[in-house]
Amino acid sequence: MSGVAVMRYREALNQALREELTRDERVFLMGEDIGVFNGAYKVTAGLLEEFGEARVRDTPISENTIVGMGVGAAMTGTRPVVELMTINFSLLAMDQIVNHAAHIRYMFGGQVAVPLVVRMPQGAGHQLGPTHSHSFEALYLHVPGLLVAVPSTPADAKGLLKSAIRDDNPVIFIEHEYLYGQRGDVPDPDDGEHLVRFGEAAVRREGEDVTIVGISRMALTAARAAETLADQHDVSAEVIDPRTLRPLDLDTILASVRKTNRCVIVEEGWPHGGVGANLAALIQEQAFDDLDAPIGRVTGADVPMPYSKPLEQIAFPHEPQVVDAALATLRDV
Amino acid sequence: MATTSQRRERPGGVPAPLPAPDAAREWLATMQLIRRFEERAGELYAKAKIGGFLHLAIGEEATIVGAARALREHDYLISTYRSHGHAIARGTPPEAVMAELFGKQDGCSRGRGGSMHMFDLERRFMGGYGIVGGNLPIAAGFGLSAELLRTDDATLCMLGDGASNQGTFGETMNLAALWRLPVVFMVTNNQFGMGTALARHSAVTDLQRKGESFGVPGVRCDGMDVADTCGVVGDALRRAREERQPMLIEAVTYRFRGHSMADPEEYRTREQVAEWRRRDPIALWSARLIEEGVIDEAGVEELDRQAVAKVDEAVAFADASPFPAPESLYDDVYALGEQVRGWYSVDERGVEPHRGEHERAMAAHEIPAREVYDQHAAGPHSGAEARPADEAQDAGERAHDGERGG
Repeated sequence: MSGVAVMRYREALNQALREELTRDERVFLMGEDIGVFNGAYKVTAGLLEEFGEARVRDTPISENTIVGMGVGAAMTGTRPVVELMTINFSLLAMDQIVNHAAHIRYMFGGQVAVPLVVRMPQGAGHQLGPTHSHSFEALYLHVPGLLVAVPSTPADAKGLLKSAIRDDNPVIFIEHEYLYGQRGDVPDPDDGEHLVRFGEAAVRREGEDVTIVGISRMALTAARAAETLADQHDVSAEVIDPRTLRPLDLDTILASVRKTNRCVIVEEGWPHGGVGANLAALIQEQAFDDLDAPIGRVTGADVPMPYSKPLEQIAFPHEPQVVDAALATLRDV
Repeated sequence: MATTSQRRERPGGVPAPLPAPDAAREWLATMQLIRRFEERAGELYAKAKIGGFLHLAIGEEATIVGAARALREHDYLISTYRSHGHAIARGTPPEAVMAELFGKQDGCSRGRGGSMHMFDLERRFMGGYGIVGGNLPIAAGFGLSAELLRTDDATLCMLGDGASNQGTFGETMNLAALWRLPVVFMVTNNQFGMGTALARHSAVTDLQRKGESFGVPGVRCDGMDVADTCGVVGDALRRAREERQPMLIEAVTYRFRGHSMADPEEYRTREQVAEWRRRDPIALWSARLIEEGVIDEAGVEELDRQAVAKVDEAVAFADASPFPAPESLYDDVYALGEQVRGWYSVDERGVEPHRGEHERAMAAHEIPAREVYDQHAAGPHSGAEARPADEAQDAGERAHDGERGG
């Protein structure tokens, strides 16, 4: 393969930020410890040195206000990218995200846009306990006016972040703590801009027997489950990563379900009101006659995230549960 | 209890200098226009022409006009949920403000915002905001843009005394001072956060001092004196713009009407209201202008007649404006571009039951809930319309209740 570099997810994000800062001088970054400290997860490493204090701004610990300043700056001609240290902290900024970023364009009759990106990592697995480990894409998916991205590969992380920065809408850009260290192929910038459009799902693996939709990190878990299903159960699973939840590429998911007649949705977040709950409703509304089995869901446990390692590990989905759920949709055939 | 002792005394008791005669008369005319506009809005609310909440700033006109006249054309003004006057003072036609109150297509927020969410980008009136304290970070963001884009635009951010207790107040003061942003924060201290008197909601009642520990110096103005307000705001804007020193202004004023139209005003006495009414900002300003020979009694009355006529025109315009078309329900949820694609960015199925596999084809030509729309577009008397939950009083009674209930 020509024109591809292998890099980590965090490096791909860093490259996206660097390219967009270089391309458009209206773009700037702000967040807690993104500058001198190089970012809690090193996504912004080196950018302060390269672009200076005006455009890579360390902020005080004031989540609601830094997001709100991003809203105001976005309304008046700049393109802010705000980093929040974890998605749990974004709850402090819920007023600015929902009441303001998402609503301003609509409630002011379309006179302004809010081209703001709010980046944040989510996810369990690092024993960070009940205030640093959650998955909240469903909260943001709920809100009209927001776009929501959940990249699972380095290439998508880069391509979606660049698209997010260029988009005129507020984007909730959800990264994943586990994924930061994962490697993958990313197209070389010398071969042209690598942009991933919002609203285009990726079919990670083609299959005939069951569709597995994986969200955020769970797209990787779904892909591993599909391999096991093929190797050990002679089941051909199709794996879809929606990549963005708003807009949602339902067409690709429906086309797959119409082919396989079965579907399993995998997410790390809570079951009630989750991404899977919403997606299952959409699928049964649109493709009821094509379904041969109830839609399966594999979700995080319905608990605040526990600290203790074995408890934490059973509180979010792993490959075996996905395999079981897929087999359950095939059981009566 | 807040009293006149909180008024700002100018050094030596000297009144603020008068502006040029044309400007002095224009300030009076604009205060009168805002007063007449809001009086009429209150009446129309009682007649159910206006829905939702209606927060009137009657009594606070000097804080509005004094502040707006201290701004340059390219400066930003951002307000609270009590913002009809700010839009008008900034130059938004009263027609567009009234049409917004009526929920009409020609409203300054196209009928999406209502009383609390006026907006006029062209005049850099950057909106009324319904969340107390929610506008403060946004104002600092305007200042940040000015900094990054290297303009000399300053931002004036209005807030109420109640908002000085929100978390965003301290966070925003700190950031504005830390980053030396050209923003002036102006507390319209009307003595009450809704129905809670200043001394009952803020440990420090000297509000101009609440920014000091964050690096934002404070100053007080007489919010019943339009010239004093304009002078103090102008000085603060100059420091913000030229010295990059954010400032906090406390404008001491009083709201003559209730918090909203749903306010029985059990938290204050008629005597207190009457005492403050003796310092009605419009009466004070017209008396001074007459005394200084800038205008005579007849001139004041003529300006008032013109204000009433403008309000009549605004009401006629708002009445004639159509409701936003039902097809526009989903307009402007997103800024559409090539990155955003397809029907599922927004689920445009509306309030109709979700109908399964064929609805996608149907959605293209069906208007959601047409019957419901038609019923409500027919006018306020088309059905028994419930007021918001805290509207304890009967609207008709309030309309006859003079000074109360507004």
